Amino acid sequence: MRPITYSRAIDTATAIAAVSADPTSDFLAGGTTEIDLLRQNVLHPRRLVDINDLPLTQIEATPEGGLRIGSLARMSEVAAAPVVRERFPMLSQALELGASAQLRHMASMGGNLLQRVRCSYYRDAESPCNKREPGTGCSAIEGFSRGHAVLGTSEHCIATHPSDAAVALMSLDAQVHTLGPDGGERTYAFDDFFLLPVDSPHREHPMEHGELITAIEVPAAPVARHSLYLKIRDRESYEFALVSVAAALSVVDGIIADVRVSLGGVATKPWRARRVEDFLIGAAAQRSNFAQAARVELIDARATSMNAFKVELAQRAIVRALETLTGDGSESPA
Amino acid sequence: MSAQSPAPLTERGQVLEERGPGPVAVTLSVNGVERSLEIEPRVSLLDALREHLDLTGAKKGCDQGTCGACTVWVDGHRVLSCLTLAMTCEGREVTTIEGLAEGDELHAVQQAFIAEDAFQCGYCTPGQIMSAAALLKEGHAGDDAEIKEWMSGNICRCAAYPHIRAAIRAVRDGA
Ligand SMILES: Cc1cc2nc3c(=O)[nH]c(=O)nc-3n(C[C@H](O)[C@H](O)[C@H](O)COP(=O)(O)OP(=O)(O)OC[C@H]3O[C@@H](n4cnc5c(N)ncnc54)[C@H](O)[C@@H]3O)c2cc1C
Ligand code: SF4
Ligand code: FES
Ligand code: FES
Repeated sequence: MRPITYSRAIDTATAIAAVSADPTSDFLAGGTTEIDLLRQNVLHPRRLVDINDLPLTQIEATPEGGLRIGSLARMSEVAAAPVVRERFPMLSQALELGASAQLRHMASMGGNLLQRVRCSYYRDAESPCNKREPGTGCSAIEGFSRGHAVLGTSEHCIATHPSDAAVALMSLDAQVHTLGPDGGERTYAFDDFFLLPVDSPHREHPMEHGELITAIEVPAAPVARHSLYLKIRDRESYEFALVSVAAALSVVDGIIADVRVSLGGVATKPWRARRVEDFLIGAAAQRSNFAQAARVELIDARATSMNAFKVELAQRAIVRALETLTGDGSESPA
Repeated sequence: MSAQSPAPLTERGQVLEERGPGPVAVTLSVNGVERSLEIEPRVSLLDALREHLDLTGAKKGCDQGTCGACTVWVDGHRVLSCLTLAMTCEGREVTTIEGLAEGDELHAVQQAFIAEDAFQCGYCTPGQIMSAAALLKEGHAGDDAEIKEWMSGNICRCAAYPHIRAAIRAVRDGA
């Protein structure tokens, strides 16, 4: 592990000024991505600015029925907050099905959105990898790609976005609030915050260096009170998703009045399944419609020989999630 | 759950004190005792405990957050000391397996691990015990399924899992 310097920031402006002044400085929150990848020689910061003392830990219900989460609120605290469990069960489930109890106590919500891909070629600090070293090629496309994405891929990168919480937040139309080096507040729609790899997979988000996530805002969504997160993986716990679904459903007289569906584990960014939603709004809440909607969503899937199973698995997971919500829907099937 | 109002975000603060990259003086509160050490900022809490403070209870299994052998408490929360920089713990209270007993009286979870034969090689055990004691405080030991899920961050290569769960049940039930 390379040497680094350490500073602890006590106010937001100083933290931003310190990081933005130097391209080799990084913010340090829970460290569960940053320290891991520093030790693996994948990230090379020379200075770490510890932001854990900044007053960005609130979890607040908004009067309109939404939620505002400080970027330094921990995964475990957000998952346990009564307002989250009541208004947005899919979010607390996504958080509690992620990582382990220890990691959830450490990991911050801001850091969660910025966690790096788990592609083994990216993590080995050695293989050709366009994300780690632009222009060197992608080792996964012809290599080991069982866990990789089938949606939103490009010929330059097929790594899956690993966050569970981000999949739920994508379904919830969340917004990311930041503060830029110029002191200006910015707001990103969640879908715009995650970039597709296209021809520049090393660019994962639209922020500039030194820009600080301050909060994640979730607007009111009555439909989300009836929601769940389904996570399918190789072992039952402490494992990333092969496929996951963050779904919310509202049915009136057998007809779908509102529906939200996003997918994890199958795409290069948290994937809002808009085709599923468009197909289902106004349709009868029945299995054949769920299956047809899921087929339409996966039509453009581009699989490798190793991850082709995900195309079918994703469709079945969508159907399972929606069927569970059509039943009593009160418990997670995960 | 703190409900703070957003802090003043826009005024420019003072310049930060930058420490390192060479060894710097750090004070850590470990098991209720203030300890001074000279370490580089890159040193993990795990290495600070094991290599500098002779507290070798916490174990290094993977050094990547994937096994739980290094579990300790920081300010009462179970965390992974391999992914924690020691310097981030200045001003916080660190508790390790060495600090769990009250004098000669073992913690209830330690006693239960012995009574229930909850280990074989013992390598994962300090992490299991720190995690289990925290789990009981968190109130996530309701039934076996819940214990399994909330202990999943501690891997046991010897697969002592049924006995570990028995030990946790015993403490939960005050047996
Ligand atoms: C073994 C293991 C298993 C895991 N399993 C899962 C899983 O199943 N599901 C899942 O979703 N996640 C999983 N994770 C990932 C984990 O959730 C993330 O590592 C964590 O959320 C990152 O948060 P952090 O606070 O530790 O971030 P850090 O590591 O501190 O930071 C991550 C990055 O974000 C930057 N950053 C942090 N905060 C801010 C901010 N406020 N503004 C701007 N930049 C910032 C840092 O500079 C850094 O580059 C796992 C991790 C490990 C190690
Ligand atoms: S899939 Fe992306 S992260 Fe993995 S090797 Fe290819 S370019 Fe790198
Ligand atoms: S050594 Fe820390 S989790 Fe394995
Ligand atoms: S007792 Fe051997 S690893 Fe758990």
